[in-house]
Amino acid sequence: MTAAGNPAVAGVGRPITGGRRLSLTWVGAVPFLGYVSVFLFLPTIIIAAGAFLSDSGPTLSNFGNLSRSYIVSATINSLILSGITAVLGAALGAVLSYAIATGNPNGVLRRAAVSASGVLAQFGGVTLAFAALASIGPAGIVYLWMAQNNLDFYSSGTWLYDLRGLEVVYLYFQIPLMVLVFLPAVDGIRPQWREATESLGGNTWHYWRYVAGPLLAPAFLGATLLLFANSLSAYATAAALINQGGIILPLQISNAITSEVGLHEPGFAKAQAVVLIAIVGIVTALYAVLQRRTGRWLQ
Amino acid sequence: MAAVSRARRLKLRVFRIVTLVVFGAFFLIPIYAMFEFSTRGNGVDAPRTLDNWKAIGTYPDMVAGIVNSLELAAITSVATLVVLVPTMVWVRLRLPRLRRVIELISLLPLTIPAIVLVVGFGPMYLWLGTNFSDSILTLSFAYSILVLPYAYRALDAGLAAIDVKTLSEAARSLGAGWPTVMWRVIVPNMSSALLNAALLSVALVLGEYTIANNLLYPNLQVELVSLGRTNAGVSIAVAVASLLFAFVLLIAISFFGRPRRMRSEVA
Repeated sequence: MTAAGNPAVAGVGRPITGGRRLSLTWVGAVPFLGYVSVFLFLPTIIIAAGAFLSDSGPTLSNFGNLSRSYIVSATINSLILSGITAVLGAALGAVLSYAIATGNPNGVLRRAAVSASGVLAQFGGVTLAFAALASIGPAGIVYLWMAQNNLDFYSSGTWLYDLRGLEVVYLYFQIPLMVLVFLPAVDGIRPQWREATESLGGNTWHYWRYVAGPLLAPAFLGATLLLFANSLSAYATAAALINQGGIILPLQISNAITSEVGLHEPGFAKAQAVVLIAIVGIVTALYAVLQRRTGRWLQ
Repeated sequence: MAAVSRARRLKLRVFRIVTLVVFGAFFLIPIYAMFEFSTRGNGVDAPRTLDNWKAIGTYPDMVAGIVNSLELAAITSVATLVVLVPTMVWVRLRLPRLRRVIELISLLPLTIPAIVLVVGFGPMYLWLGTNFSDSILTLSFAYSILVLPYAYRALDAGLAAIDVKTLSEAARSLGAGWPTVMWRVIVPNMSSALLNAALLSVALVLGEYTIANNLLYPNLQVELVSLGRTNAGVSIAVAVASLLFAFVLLIAISFFGRPRRMRSEVA
């Protein structure tokens, strides 16, 4: 290691030049830090500060406004939607991950499945709403076919544009996200563990109950939390599917910043944003803790 | 013993086939339905037609949205790489203490929902619009933040596979300046990682709706939704095309990423 390669050492030996070299070294990080300061930290500060401000100075009234009935019900809806799609998405996604992981690791099937999962989990958004309309929408091919065969699932009302519809459509990005985050954990299972179980007289049930299950549990729980946060944050699919109203919190936030009301109450949207980010933050922190536990066994 | 494992292998095969067929149907039927919907003719028994697909070009707003999104994708991916790559290389070489910080910051946008970020972007873009430019291309600033975690992870994997320190010290000792080290030594050695990061950024920007819609800029997805309210057939045609485009990009990534990783495993 040369002195030039280690500015801290150079700084001790030659205070003047070392000091200048130190500052020059730090200049290299300035463009990046400056950029994220303006476009990542500044908006965050605008939200955090704005939530506690009104025209007349500091206030908590923005948070008081959150007790309006439509915000409360949107928040509850968001939590229900996220809970259901996280649990279902995690369970179904785990089964799919196992089916993919037991195949050829370099095969076409796995490559296509992982790429498709990436598309649906990260870039689906608006397109998923259209996919739902084209398939199970009132004019969609699946609905028309089932209605012809006396399986009209809208006989008691078109639920596609309600919370139930969102629950179905959200699975189309929750299951793929589960595959993306859970597949590495399933890959970590070693065939030797299975053989060890068998040589000790254990059967398939014993293997899953006492070996693979407990090993995968932290990863599974962590992934479920990630799915929960993901569903809470999702906006595009719901906005494209539901034209009006705000049955979930992200839609309410959007209403608050784009509508006339929003101009009169700029702190209102920010208070809602603070609530959303607080929930997502807590869930993500728990996920990070579980992720660290997973790392111990499955690498 | 052999009999047991043969029975188990058969069970596993049945499980895999059933699972993959069921999930395949669950995910492919809606995609097929979009093709079916977009090729419907007028009337109940009208034959299949490509009219909706041919009509895409006749909607100027839609075309403008597509062009806007393509420009945004190009600017965002280039700008992100230009800011991120030198920083990451520099931090690895000279500021190792900062590495965790840069990683933490880069992954931060994953935990801040876009719908939250846009609340903070609102006043900023209002100011940008009145004092600087109200062009839709200014969205690139916000999009660079959105793609940051994805670009960071792709580039980090690329940098981990090469010995940046030895390469740059060798180049420096042969008299190369820092720009030469970057352009002619580091960049060619991590070209597949750069391509991954760029393609991911492109796919992400083409699918972006939340920020553009709430800041009232007409990108591809915003136009898709607004056209979908008047002409669902054409809109669904564009939607399925954009979905397949993203799929092609990601499949491409899965091929580009491989050879280097295999080589480093051997070594």
